[in-house]
Amino acid sequence: MIKMAFHVFAYDLRAFLRNRQSRFFTLALPVLFLVIFAALFGSAGHTTAVAGGQIPISVYYVPGIIALGVISACFGNLISSVTEQRETGVLKRRRATPVPAAAIIAGRVLTSAVVAVAIAAILLGIGWAAYGAHVPGRTAVALAVTIVVGAASFCCLGYALASLIHNQEAAVPTTQAVLLPLYFISGVFVAVSILPHWLVDVADVFPVRHLAHALLTAYNPHTSGLGFSWRDLLIMGAWGAGGLLVALRRFSWLPLTQ
Amino acid sequence: MNSIAEERGDRAASVTGGQQEPSRALAGPEPVVSVRGLVKRYGSQVAVDGINLEVHRGEIFAFLGPNGAGKTTTVEILEGFRKRTDGEISVLGADPATASGTWRDRVGVVLQESEPEPGLSVRECLALYAGFYRKPRDIGETMNLVGLASQSDTITTRLSGGQRRRLDFALALIGDPELIFLDEPTTGFDPSARRAAWEVIAGLRALGKTIFLTTHYMEEAEYLADRIAVLSAGRIVAEGTPWTLGGRDRMYATISLALPAGVAVRDLPHALRPLAEPSGPGRIALRSESPLVHLQILASWALDRGFDLPDLDVHRPSLEEIYLELTDSVTAKDDVR
Repeated sequence: MIKMAFHVFAYDLRAFLRNRQSRFFTLALPVLFLVIFAALFGSAGHTTAVAGGQIPISVYYVPGIIALGVISACFGNLISSVTEQRETGVLKRRRATPVPAAAIIAGRVLTSAVVAVAIAAILLGIGWAAYGAHVPGRTAVALAVTIVVGAASFCCLGYALASLIHNQEAAVPTTQAVLLPLYFISGVFVAVSILPHWLVDVADVFPVRHLAHALLTAYNPHTSGLGFSWRDLLIMGAWGAGGLLVALRRFSWLPLTQ
Repeated sequence: MNSIAEERGDRAASVTGGQQEPSRALAGPEPVVSVRGLVKRYGSQVAVDGINLEVHRGEIFAFLGPNGAGKTTTVEILEGFRKRTDGEISVLGADPATASGTWRDRVGVVLQESEPEPGLSVRECLALYAGFYRKPRDIGETMNLVGLASQSDTITTRLSGGQRRRLDFALALIGDPELIFLDEPTTGFDPSARRAAWEVIAGLRALGKTIFLTTHYMEEAEYLADRIAVLSAGRIVAEGTPWTLGGRDRMYATISLALPAGVAVRDLPHALRPLAEPSGPGRIALRSESPLVHLQILASWALDRGFDLPDLDVHRPSLEEIYLELTDSVTAKDDVR
């Protein structure tokens, strides 16, 4: 089974890298967002308040955009590719072969997770080279664990939402309609310190805010200790588990539009 | 074309001259597919209404019927994609609804509608699927078989419609299955692409595969199938070989001609007179059980008298006419009810 999952992964990743739209939305767009937001709000000396002190705005954006990158890979891209594969009969034909269902799903999740880790590494590199942000050492484990838990949770949520979207054309607009407002109120596009409290309270319900916050905690140079944000990880994990339940109930190998 | 003719010849030879090796092609002891009383209902709608059929090893079985007759529903039940409401099914000795990966190892599927894996070349696509099977066929050889060798490095989404269908065949074949389901494999094809696909399918038979084909094209069933079952409104209304279907072999042939000037029915040879019916101004039709004999009588009569009979025509009911009659009568019955 594990060997088969890696077999599927090798080809899914290749197909991902050959897809211009996937490359743009998942790899280029997060980099573009980081550069633009840091340029817009992060001119020299501008800082924002975080737990334990102040950090430059440009540095503040790095963990937020990492959250966006992880979500793009594991949620946005996963939903559009799974919906496309299902509606075009690709999943059905794979299912007609002896490959175990779990290997097909694990292969796709692995693709998203590897892309998520890659985009996180790229953004950390840019933060270090362009904005003089530190690369966390003491909290590196917390950062890695947060990325992995975030990736897993959003993959589950991705499969859940994909099973509710009936046609391929609706996949991208639906995910964007879900994500864009959450990015604005969760501290990804706009620093939380300047958001009204009630908006942050709304954002607190959803997993985007918790991924961004957990990443900020691990990335924040003022954080003491190992940098694990257990509450965020727990809430995110709960969302992931909920998503998994919906996916297990609703997932279909056959096109839904037939 | 030649290869198919040879193939049919070979099969005929092996059937007639098969004393030393018992022929498994025609009546194997265990059918590959066996269906008894299959029923599928969606709510109150009956899609499949109690069908029975058997498919034997090495034959091409065609499931012929108009759109909406229940062909795809039946095939998807046999492939294990849908659950049946009632009935007993055995495919390669197992129930597809609960079949394992080992079973899937022996079954190939060409779906009615499926697009290729995006972002992979033909060769990569086959390599991906080859990895799913225990004993896959050689990738290069499979590309040759379906005629995709020169497209091996083409990204699948850049293939033409006909080439995509060849890739579908190749993917169904890569696991070297014993049984292959082809669900309307040539729907939407132009005539030349359809011919090319038929050659590929005939090639699969040459490999000894058992093929379950659904189609709504009579020519396709007639050209490819060893046996045909006609499905209409969820029921099998006729079953037989392309030659015996619906009693085609026992049907009258019609010999029609325009009577030469000054000749009447009573001037015809004795044997033909009772067969003659008027079929238009100055024309007659002879309904004949043995057209060859009657044609000979007609020909010597005409030659003796120097008649040319320029518009002489002999017509046996085509499979298409029989098919339309079979499916029409059921539709008409349903309308009355």
